[in-house]
Amino acid sequence: MSILKLNNRKILGLAALGTAAGGLLGCAALMAPPEPTPTEIKALLVASFKDNGQAKLDRLNQSELQEACSTYAQDIAKLPGELRTKLQNDALNAVEYPADGKYLGDWKEGEKVAQTGVGLQFSDKAGSPAGGNCYACHQIDPKEISYGNIGPSLYNYGKLRGNSDDIMKYTWAKVWNSHAYNACSNMPRFGAAGILTQTQLKDVMALLLAPDSPVNK
Amino acid sequence: MRQKMTWRQITASLAVAGFAASPIIALAQKTTEQGIQEYRDMLADGNPAELVELEGEELWKKPQGPKKVSLEKCDLGQGPGVLKGAFATLPRYFEDAKLVMDMETRLAYCMVTLQGRDRAEVTKKVYSGTAQPATEMEALSAYIVAQSKGMKANVPQSHPEELASRARGEKLFFYRGGPYDFSCASCHSIDDQRIRLQGLPNLTKSAPAQAAFGAWPAYRVSQGAVRTMQWRMYDCFRQQRFPELNFGSQVSVDLITYLGVQAKGGTMQATSLKR
Repeated sequence: MSILKLNNRKILGLAALGTAAGGLLGCAALMAPPEPTPTEIKALLVASFKDNGQAKLDRLNQSELQEACSTYAQDIAKLPGELRTKLQNDALNAVEYPADGKYLGDWKEGEKVAQTGVGLQFSDKAGSPAGGNCYACHQIDPKEISYGNIGPSLYNYGKLRGNSDDIMKYTWAKVWNSHAYNACSNMPRFGAAGILTQTQLKDVMALLLAPDSPVNK
Repeated sequence: MRQKMTWRQITASLAVAGFAASPIIALAQKTTEQGIQEYRDMLADGNPAELVELEGEELWKKPQGPKKVSLEKCDLGQGPGVLKGAFATLPRYFEDAKLVMDMETRLAYCMVTLQGRDRAEVTKKVYSGTAQPATEMEALSAYIVAQSKGMKANVPQSHPEELASRARGEKLFFYRGGPYDFSCASCHSIDDQRIRLQGLPNLTKSAPAQAAFGAWPAYRVSQGAVRTMQWRMYDCFRQQRFPELNFGSQVSVDLITYLGVQAKGGTMQATSLKR
């Protein structure tokens, strides 16, 4: 029945020509398949996964952001401007800046966070510190040659931009929730999703922005 | 290859890890992709998966379960017991089960229906641990896929259920969720991307999808194990920070169908060698 429902226009056309029901079913194989509904996809996911450790079924529930970014993933240019603005504003307005106003921690610790990729998988111990896995997608310290290219190179990040308050604030917000400036970015929301602690975020900030970080040599 | 190493590196590798490790050190000086390809070539005459295939053949012919019968009458889509080319046309719709099934799901179905075994029992441990012996499912998979080696991928889209499975697979491919907001597409929808130095196939395009679909199941050198397509899906979702994907679940089958259709015309190469 679902096929019939979802190909209404074609089916009506065929029906008008007096095609028998058997013929309709025969044609179904050649028609575009029914577009799966969000409800159908959600039910499918819930039935296909199980809780394991910290990774529970509630992770399959999409936020407004995840839903919008999935819907328009195949052509992000079609994300309506109003929705884009809303997603970005919501993200930016919820950024929590450092309570003590200090943005830069220890770049050496930041390097460790950037190198480590564990955390929040069902194979990881619940509550154990997560890494940022920055090198998976970015070039950072040029001494590390094993880096990915999904994100832009961050080599000389601070050297190119300086470390004015504006740059610090922007960078913090970008790492806290990358959607604040680029809705449907591929980068995890390291602060907003609780992946990294404020201390870890400051250490990563130092790796990017401290004048003595190897990134800025 | 050894010629490109400095003497210091050779000495260090011999001292630290023994003679056998020295080619690995040399490989590290090239791009990872080149290094892995050379390593594959070196092992091509003696792919360890061949041993697993032999185990699989024994298991295929061994009477098991309450009915004490072998799997030799299992129908993988080409008729009972016909293995030649079967894997290249899976997943497909099976009238008896009224479901689209991939190779592993179908094997589990045959164990239940032909051998009278309990589904919970046959799916209890489908993936081996690192350096553990192959599981029954892995060994059988290796045996079956070998009968399609060199053939062209031809996952059918003639039954409405097969079309629907592909359509759901496409939606699922782009479904972002979990604390990291990842979907399959986060890593597999743009050309020439890498995680660290590991290349990521753009599975929305035909040629990379053909290479990926044709390469699984694969012998994972770093894990000393044959890894199946169901495992590939399970482990990608683990890294996506999703909950655990159930073996033979609809999501797994739909994603494999989507990939298989993208890969139409590609050459089946399993069981291949991977890092």
